[in-house]
Amino acid sequence: MTMTSTFDRPVRQYNFGTMSLLVFPATALLLAFLVLPTAVVVVLSFTDYELGMDGLRYIGLSNYSDMLADRVFWQSVRNTALYVALVVPGSIFTALAVALLIERRRALTRFYKVAFFLPVTATLVAMATVWEFILHPSIGLANHLLKVLGVDPVRFLSDPDWAIVSLAVIGIWQSIGFNMVLFLAGLSSIPKEIDEAAALDGAAGGIDRFLIVTWPLLGPTTLFVTITTAINAMRVFESVAVITQGGPNKATEVILYSIYLEAFQYFRTGYASALTVVFLLVTVSLIILQMRVADRKVHY
Amino acid sequence: MTDIDNAAIDATGLTKQFGGHRVLGPVDLSVRPGEFLTLVGPSGCGKSTLLRLIAGLETASEGSIRIAGRIVTDAPPRARDVAMVFQNYALYPHLTVAQNIAVPLRMRRLSLPQRLPVVGPLLPRSAATLSQINDDVEQTAKSLGIGHLLSRKPAQLSGGQRQRVALGRAIVRKPRVFLLDEPLSNLDAQLRVQMRSELVQLHRRLRVTLIYVTHDQAEAMTMSSRIAVMFAGEILQIGTPEAVYDDPDHLKVASFISNPGLNTLPFIAIANTQLGCQLGAMASASPDCTIAFRPEACATVSSGEQSDLSGRLIFCERFGAEAFAHIAVDYAEHPIIARVEPGNAARMSCDQLVHLSLDVSKLFLFGSDGSRLRHQRRAAA
Repeated sequence: MTMTSTFDRPVRQYNFGTMSLLVFPATALLLAFLVLPTAVVVVLSFTDYELGMDGLRYIGLSNYSDMLADRVFWQSVRNTALYVALVVPGSIFTALAVALLIERRRALTRFYKVAFFLPVTATLVAMATVWEFILHPSIGLANHLLKVLGVDPVRFLSDPDWAIVSLAVIGIWQSIGFNMVLFLAGLSSIPKEIDEAAALDGAAGGIDRFLIVTWPLLGPTTLFVTITTAINAMRVFESVAVITQGGPNKATEVILYSIYLEAFQYFRTGYASALTVVFLLVTVSLIILQMRVADRKVHY
Repeated sequence: MTDIDNAAIDATGLTKQFGGHRVLGPVDLSVRPGEFLTLVGPSGCGKSTLLRLIAGLETASEGSIRIAGRIVTDAPPRARDVAMVFQNYALYPHLTVAQNIAVPLRMRRLSLPQRLPVVGPLLPRSAATLSQINDDVEQTAKSLGIGHLLSRKPAQLSGGQRQRVALGRAIVRKPRVFLLDEPLSNLDAQLRVQMRSELVQLHRRLRVTLIYVTHDQAEAMTMSSRIAVMFAGEILQIGTPEAVYDDPDHLKVASFISNPGLNTLPFIAIANTQLGCQLGAMASASPDCTIAFRPEACATVSSGEQSDLSGRLIFCERFGAEAFAHIAVDYAEHPIIARVEPGNAARMSCDQLVHLSLDVSKLFLFGSDGSRLRHQRRAAA
């Protein structure tokens, strides 16, 4: 009897005070660490505030118009876009291939998972130094390998054409592990029966089964992996800061590195805020795109 | 149709082990061409494993399988020309009904390059084959009454409609062997009865060799030309439904193929009765044997004189057309269930003393290992 009445009690009996108390911790944390800083950045982007200076002046959209007129800004957008365009497909298809290979294995799967996941856990700043050695023009392992193959050595990090590609390779190496784990989770959620139905329907080999079962049913995973990898690639910073500092000749200047330079080297906080707002808008629109597509196309 | 369209299946000495634990066999099974054979048994008895071995989804640990005389023990599913319907239908969720049914035809009639997306349809001779496939898919869908659903996705279909799509995908390429793994267990009771008769008609129309796996004795009894009753990885009895019902080889078989249940009594319970004397000659050979009979083998009698058993009524199940009285009898571990006329049932009251007489010709005698003691009938006569 008492149980029934507990369940039947109308919701409005919880008064406003209780509800406010219950949502207070989460709301306070969200406000303090997410909403307020974002709001401050948006407000600062309309001012000429400089770090450490007293006072600030409302200057409307001129930070934004400066940005659009800035050659370096467009250079960093192009570099970031190129970096994303290399890392996303490179990381996704390698991670998918690795996940498929690991999933088919019987023995040592745990070893391979750990091995491929290690770069994710490694500190990128330290790893960037290691990569610097590997890619060193004269003593680096990479050029040694090229020499063995009879290819002329490449100045991976100081050649403006190669620098962003080299960083992209590091980015791919670093993100494969995480994407592999996501793909493995996606693969394990594919019902075994559908694979078996495909085998009975006459799907002969790996290509057929991949095309008719694995690839389509991984759709939601692939979409998620694509968006997260793209957002992470857009946020590339450590390897640039440690290895190339945006060089040579701004060939690896990326958006986040520009923001860092403007905010913490040149102290132009207002301008850096405007850059951040633009960056945030691009990221958020990618996430919205993911949710839209996920709802419509890849869930069955 | 010619004989090539249906095929005999022969399994010899088939076993399957998982991690050192034997789950199946050794099993010997011969399925005749065009037969509707049902594998029936409780869950975990190995019936699905046997079906999957025949389908090629599992590889046998020992033994061999022949389909239409050809040894296929180690052949992949594709090479066996078998079609299967899964319990959960296993439809491709991203494909429409038409595309789902077309998959087996695409896999067989199109070459690998022709099957590739985008470029495939542009290759020479693709268009003609594709339109032929479309025609066949439409015809199959119409024959199953799902012609109007061709452009839907599986998620938009009811359970019964998905079932038909799965059937369509299996029959569209006219396989020689048709395997069904508990295909009706996800449907509601009414639809299940309807699908039973549709499946039987489908089998009659296609005349393929069909193996049907179920744990439902009603499905086994009503649909099959023969049934194989399985327990603990072995086939205990195989025969027509009537033969298995009327003449069970094993206590477990008799008990599984009984509705609502099989009555069992230790022989000593009736050793001193008239019936006991009738059976005496036999039973003396094995004093710890069990007497078993179905609810329809006993009838209520008015006085104790003609009765073989008596006990107190504890519960009466009335179904309208028939009724079952549950009677607590000394020595019997479980209440004895007797089928009674609904009219009589209405007059019975709980705790009332009920006398039962048994039809000796419908009694079975089983040894302590559960195997049937056969000469019983002669002794009774």
